[in-house]
Amino acid sequence: MELLRIQNIEKYYGSKSSLTKALDDISFTVEHGEFAAIMGASGSGKTTLLNCISTIDSVTAGHIFLENMDITSLKGKQLNKFRSDKLGFIFQDFNLLDTLTAFENIALALSIKKEKESDIFRRVNEVAEQLGITDVLDKYPYQMSGGQKQRVASARAIVTDPKIVLADEPTGALDSKSAKLLLERFNYLNREVGTTIMMVTHDSFTASYASRVIFIKDGKMFHELNRGDDTRKQFFDKIIDVVTLLGGDVSDAL
Amino acid sequence: MLFKLSLGNIRKSLRDYTIYFFTLMIGVAIFYVFNAIETQTAFLLVSSDMRKIIELMTSLLSGVSVFVSGVLGGLIVYASRFLMRRRNKEFALYMMLGMSKRKVSAILLTETLIIGVMSLAVGLLIGVGLSQLMSAFTVSLFDADMTQFQFTFSADAAIKTVIYFALIYVVTMLFNTVIVGKFKLIDLMRSDKKSEAQKLKKPLACVIVFLAGVAMLGYAYYKVAFDTFNIEDSAEMFLYIAMGSVSTFLIFWSVSGMMTRILTASKKLYYKELNCFTFRQIGSRINTMVVSASIICLMLFVTICTLSAAFSMKNSLDDNIGKYSPADLCVEVFGKKDVVSDTDIKEMYGLIGVNLDEHLSEYVQFTEYKLKDFKGADFLGEYLDLAQKKMNTVNIASAPETLIHLSDYNRLAELYGFETLDVPDGCYAVVCNYEEMTRVRNLPLEAGNEITIQGNILRPAYPECKYGLDMISNNAMNLGLIVIPDDLTLEADTQQKYISGNYKAETMNEKRETDKIFADSDMMLLDVIKERTDESFGIFANTRIQVMDSAVGLGAAATLIGLYIGIVFLLSSGAILSIKALSENIDSLSSYDVLRKIGADEKDINRSLFRQTGVFFLLPLLLACIHSIFGIKFASTIFEVFGTTGLLPAMLATAIIVIVIYCGYFLITYYCGKGIIRSRS
Repeated sequence: MELLRIQNIEKYYGSKSSLTKALDDISFTVEHGEFAAIMGASGSGKTTLLNCISTIDSVTAGHIFLENMDITSLKGKQLNKFRSDKLGFIFQDFNLLDTLTAFENIALALSIKKEKESDIFRRVNEVAEQLGITDVLDKYPYQMSGGQKQRVASARAIVTDPKIVLADEPTGALDSKSAKLLLERFNYLNREVGTTIMMVTHDSFTASYASRVIFIKDGKMFHELNRGDDTRKQFFDKIIDVVTLLGGDVSDAL
Repeated sequence: MLFKLSLGNIRKSLRDYTIYFFTLMIGVAIFYVFNAIETQTAFLLVSSDMRKIIELMTSLLSGVSVFVSGVLGGLIVYASRFLMRRRNKEFALYMMLGMSKRKVSAILLTETLIIGVMSLAVGLLIGVGLSQLMSAFTVSLFDADMTQFQFTFSADAAIKTVIYFALIYVVTMLFNTVIVGKFKLIDLMRSDKKSEAQKLKKPLACVIVFLAGVAMLGYAYYKVAFDTFNIEDSAEMFLYIAMGSVSTFLIFWSVSGMMTRILTASKKLYYKELNCFTFRQIGSRINTMVVSASIICLMLFVTICTLSAAFSMKNSLDDNIGKYSPADLCVEVFGKKDVVSDTDIKEMYGLIGVNLDEHLSEYVQFTEYKLKDFKGADFLGEYLDLAQKKMNTVNIASAPETLIHLSDYNRLAELYGFETLDVPDGCYAVVCNYEEMTRVRNLPLEAGNEITIQGNILRPAYPECKYGLDMISNNAMNLGLIVIPDDLTLEADTQQKYISGNYKAETMNEKRETDKIFADSDMMLLDVIKERTDESFGIFANTRIQVMDSAVGLGAAATLIGLYIGIVFLLSSGAILSIKALSENIDSLSSYDVLRKIGADEKDINRSLFRQTGVFFLLPLLLACIHSIFGIKFASTIFEVFGTTGLLPAMLATAIIVIVIYCGYFLITYYCGKGIIRSRS
C-alpha cells in the first residue's frame, strides 16, 4: 500500500543568474513497511530531498503526499503537529539534548504530543527494549558511546509511532561495529515492528541493509534497485555495481 | 585590514550583545552623574552646616566611586571574557589562516578601543542629560532653593569618568591579551563540538547540602534578627555574615539537584509538554554558575538593604527632630565645679550683646552634676557584667553618672512635654531614652537596688526608667540621668549648667532669623570667656534648626550614596545574569532546533524559554529578599536608623527601583533570547 508519494518535485537555489537545481523533477513512491535508502554523492541533492519530505525545507514545485495528504501546503502550527504526529527523525550527529537523560530524551517526544504520563513510561520502556538500550536509560548523552546515542535517538524517533522514520546519514558518525549494530536494529524495527524507514546515505554498506535503494545524481533520479530475495551480500554487490557505474565510489566527487 | 575586521566584528556582536554595550553606557552615565553632584551642589544656597555635610558627602561619593569603578571593572572583564569564549571558532579560523596570536590580540585590542570610545562618548552624553534630572532631585533632597534652572556640565566629572574607564579598558585589554596567549588551536576548533559534561551531583548529597544550608542560614537569621542583643562582639557578627554567605553558596550549589528531586517526584508534572526539558535546562544553568549566582544574590541583598536604609534614614531623621529636639534652643556650659557654679548663662549672653528675654518666650535653667566616686559600676552593681556585654561600645563601668535635682528636672520635663516625676526623700529615679541602655538600667531598678551617693542611701522610686532627655539632638543620646531629691546637696567634681527654651518667633522664616543669632553663639561665647579665665571650660549650643538642617543633609547624603551603590550593584547583577543567560541560549541553539524537528510548538518553546529565564533571574532575587528581611530587622534593632513610620515607603521605593531595573534586564534578556533561538530555524 502506498504511503508516500513524491510527485515531480523541484528545488532551486540562488537567483536567476546563478541557478542551482538541487532537485530536478524527482518522482517515486514509498510503500507501507518499506526500508528505503537514497544514495548519492555529496551535493547530489539527497539531503535536500529528505528536508523537503520532513517539511524542514519547502519545494519550489511539485507535491509530496503522505497518506494522500499534500504536505507541501502545510503551514505554521500544522507543520509542527504534522512533524510530531507523523514523522520520526534520526540525525547524523544524534542531536540528543545534553541536559536530559536518555529516558527523558525519548519521553520528550511523547510529552510534546501531550501523551499521558503512564503511557509515556510504558512506551519508552518498550522501545528501549526493542533497541537494546534499557541499561543506559538513566545515563546522560556524554556518558554514552556514539552507538548508544544513535540508538537512543532512534528510540526517540520511533516512540511516537510515526508513519515514517527519516534518517539522515545515521551511521555517518559511528564506527563500523556500532554502525552494523544500529542497522541490524533498523532491520528488526522494519521487519518485526513494521516501521517504514527512509534513509539517506552515501555508504554502500549501509544502503545494503535497505529493501530498496534509489540513486540520485545531480538532483535527478539515476537508478533504482530492489533487494527482492537477494541476501544482503548479493544486494551489496549489486549496489557496488551501480556505484561503479556512477563513476567510482559515490563518496568521491563525481 | 585588521581595523576593518575589528569593525565588522563589532557590528556583528552589537546585535548579539546589545545588553553588554547598554550596561557599559549606563555604567559610564551613572558614574558621571554621581560625580557631577559636587559641581551641582556648589551652586546651592544652603546653610554652613549643610555645606559641611555636602562636602563630606562629595568626598564620600568620590571614595565610593573608586569602589564602584572596581565593581564595573570586574563586570567588564567578566563580560568580555565571556564574549570572547563565544567567538572561539572565529579565532580558530584566524589562526588557521596563519594569523599570529599577536595579531589576534591586536584585533581584540582595537575592538575594545572602539567599544570603549563609543561607550564613553554615548555614556557621557546620556550622563550629562541624566545629571540635569539629578540636579533637580538633589535640590529637593537638600530642601534647598534653586533660583533658576541651569544647565550644568561638570568638566571634572567628565575627565574623571574618562580616566577611570580608560583604566578599566586597559585592564580589560591586558586580560584579553593574556587569554589569547593561552589559546590552543585544537581547543578553539572543538569548542562547540564538545557535548557539555553535566556536573552530576548525587540527589541525596544535594538534599543534605540543601538542608544544611537552610539550617545554617536559619541559625544565622535567628541570631542576627531575633537574638540581636546576645551578640557579643563584631567578631561574632562576622561569623554570622560568613555563615550567611556560605549558606547562600550551599543553597545555590544544591538547589537545582534538590528541585529536580522534588519535581521528578511528580511524574505527571515532569512529563508534561516541555517541562522536563525546562527543568533540566534551569538545573544545568544554575549548576554552571553557583559562584556567580551567590555573588549576585549577595549584591542584591546589599542593594536592597542599602536602598531601604538610605530612604528610610531620611524619613526617620525627619521624625526624630520632633522626638529628640523638643525645644528650639539648648545651651550647655561644662567644666570644673567652682568655675561653672559662678557662671550665669544669661549674663554670658549679655557679654556678646544678646538679651535672652528678648528672643526666648520661655526657658528653663538647670544644673547637672558628675561625681568621681559614683560611676556606672556603682549604679549597676551586680548587673555590671551583663551590661558591659550588651553595651560594648560604651565604657559604662568607669564613666561617672550624671545627677540632676528633682525640681530642675520637672521644670525641664514640663518645657519638653515629658512626664514629670515624683521622687520622695530617700528615693531616686532614672531618665533615659537610649533603648539599649534603658534595658540595662531597668535591671537594678526592677530588683530595687539601693545606691549610695556621698553617704546617702537611696532606693528606686520607679521599677523602670522614665523617658526623657536633657540636651536636644537628632537621635536618642541620653544614656541616663539620675534624678535625686532637692534636699540632697552634692559635693560635685564637675558640673553642667543648661538653658533650654523656645523662640518667641512664630513663623519658620522668623525662627530662622532668630536662629542665626544662636547658631554659632557657642563659639563667640567661648572667645569671650577665654579672655577672662584660664580654666578649662566648655560651651555647646544646639538649636532645633541646626538639628533639622543636619538631619536633612544627612538624609540627603545617605539617599544619594545609597542610590549610587544600589544602582551600580543592580546594573552589574542584571548584566551578569543577562549575558550568562543569552550565551546559554546560544549554546542551546541546537537543542531548540531538535525540539522544533520533533514537533514542539513554537508557543511551547517560547514558554519554556520564558520560564527558564524567569527562574534564572528570580532565584537570586528571592533569596536576596529573604536575606534582606532579616538584615533590615537587624539594622533597625541595632542602629535605629529605620524609623517605624518611614520603613514602608522606603521599602516601596526600594522595591520599585529594584523591580524596574531588574525586570528591565529580565525582559530584554527574554526578548533577545527569543530572537537568538529563532534566528537559525
